[in-house]
Amino acid sequence: MLVKQISVFLENKSGRLAEVTKTLGKEGIDISALSIADTTDFGILRLIVNQPEKAEAILKENGFTVSSTSVIAIAVQDKPGGLASALDVLESQSIGIEYMYAFIGKTTDEALVILRVEDSEKAIQTLENNNIKVISSKDVYDL
Amino acid sequence: MQYWNSTYECMPREELRKVQSERLVDIIKKIYHNVPFYRSKMQKQGIEPGDIKSVDDLKKLPFTYKQDLRDNYPYGLFAVPMSEIVRIHASSGTTGKQTVVGYTRKDIDTWAEVMARTLTSAGANRESFIQVAYGYGLFTGGLGAHYGAERVGASVIPISGGNTSRQLQIMKDFGTTHLACTPSYALYLAEALEEAGFKKGDLKLRAGVFGAEPWSENMRKEIEDRLGILAIDIYGLSEIIGPGVASECHCKVGMHIQEDHFIPEIINPDTEEVLPAGEKGELVFTTITKEGLPLIRYRTRDLTVLNTDTCDCGRTLTRMNKVTGRTDDMLIIRGVNVFPSQIESVLLEIGETAPHYLLIVDRMDNLDLLEVQVEMTPGLFSDEVKKIEEIEGKIRKGIESTLGINAKIRLVEPKTIERSEGKAKRVIDKRKM
Repeated sequence: MLVKQISVFLENKSGRLAEVTKTLGKEGIDISALSIADTTDFGILRLIVNQPEKAEAILKENGFTVSSTSVIAIAVQDKPGGLASALDVLESQSIGIEYMYAFIGKTTDEALVILRVEDSEKAIQTLENNNIKVISSKDVYDL
Repeated sequence: MQYWNSTYECMPREELRKVQSERLVDIIKKIYHNVPFYRSKMQKQGIEPGDIKSVDDLKKLPFTYKQDLRDNYPYGLFAVPMSEIVRIHASSGTTGKQTVVGYTRKDIDTWAEVMARTLTSAGANRESFIQVAYGYGLFTGGLGAHYGAERVGASVIPISGGNTSRQLQIMKDFGTTHLACTPSYALYLAEALEEAGFKKGDLKLRAGVFGAEPWSENMRKEIEDRLGILAIDIYGLSEIIGPGVASECHCKVGMHIQEDHFIPEIINPDTEEVLPAGEKGELVFTTITKEGLPLIRYRTRDLTVLNTDTCDCGRTLTRMNKVTGRTDDMLIIRGVNVFPSQIESVLLEIGETAPHYLLIVDRMDNLDLLEVQVEMTPGLFSDEVKKIEEIEGKIRKGIESTLGINAKIRLVEPKTIERSEGKAKRVIDKRKM
């Protein structure tokens, strides 16, 4: 169920983000979700793509510092309180969230969210036990 | 009083040469018999003490390097039994770079003498109140200035460095007339005085002796304007004696070297050929009166020019210009000696591979700033900001505990620091001296 996320180290310099997307685009890699965590001096670009292994290899070849991390993708109801109910479930089990970001969703009645938590296995189990839809990696890559 | 010791400070140069020659002959005999390191070095070069008859023979003698002091750590180069050593100091260099120096009672006396000359040339006398804001401790600055000030007969205020608000209060309440500290601290004090609402007229400050780091003419003007004082440049290094090796007079045209104690030479650092006065090269010192740790032709690594013309102040002592650079990669940042290799060892402790790094030194508002750029490696990278910030913090703390300097750490992308074919370029110094 775990989704492979690619993280890239970027200095805060203009053109760096474009460089990453161009590099991936040339190789036919499709980005389905992204987020940037930034500080004054640097940023961490987090990407969900259709071919994570290939993307990682290509970015490395092009001199970027890259790592891959397992994250969870969930679908919550696209209505007020939809996300809150999923987060409540995690909180009830004391599962801390390191960071999260939303998907560029393509379905109409669901919002897609990426979560990075301390204990992914436990989180998935907890979410599923509480009828929160966890999306499989295959489905995520195909989005 | 303009001079502390006019006999030596204004001695005709021919006579001074005689004094130097006698003292040199004497010191060479002493070290040959008392320091195995020098004896074997001289023997290797086929020189005996008898071959040294005057200053002209100085060039026959081998050089001494900072590394020699490290190799003989801690007391291997001392020329007297430890029972005669009454003081030990260490150079401001830190981890792996520490050099130990020792003083006999007579050496302390010599030190007080040369520092008294320095302070006198800044107009200090028995009526003066001298605030010593150089650090006290293993660093030679504080105690060197202190003993010199006592020798002059001034009232010494041994406040040491830091605690700025107290410095200001004491300066005002105690009627400080002379300040001894690094030039950047002098400016910092000037700013703090203005901020605290003090006016020039509130103080009795007249002059300051500033050294331990390079500073520019502009900085001098600013210190003089803002504090309303005469600011003079002083030079010294612990290996030779500490502060007091050379100092400017009110003419401000180079620092008079106390040549009856320390013989200066300028050499081409590559060919080691001795250069005439007026040519730029590496400053080399031979101590001719020191007992504890006499050094022969010590390579200071400082680049400067000597001038032997008699100064308008009447002193005949050779003057050295401000140091314009180094022959090694040492940087002086806020008065602290910094070698890039020290930063490198901090980085090696944190990362698993040899890091690519670059030191960028700049001066803003007269304060030295150090930025350390480090290339990100896969091993250090994480998808979480806080983990990367932890690494930055670790590097910052490592540098601070090694060097006592607060550096800005900037992680950069791999391969963005310029590679070089030969010796890596580790430093960009943007300060204009």
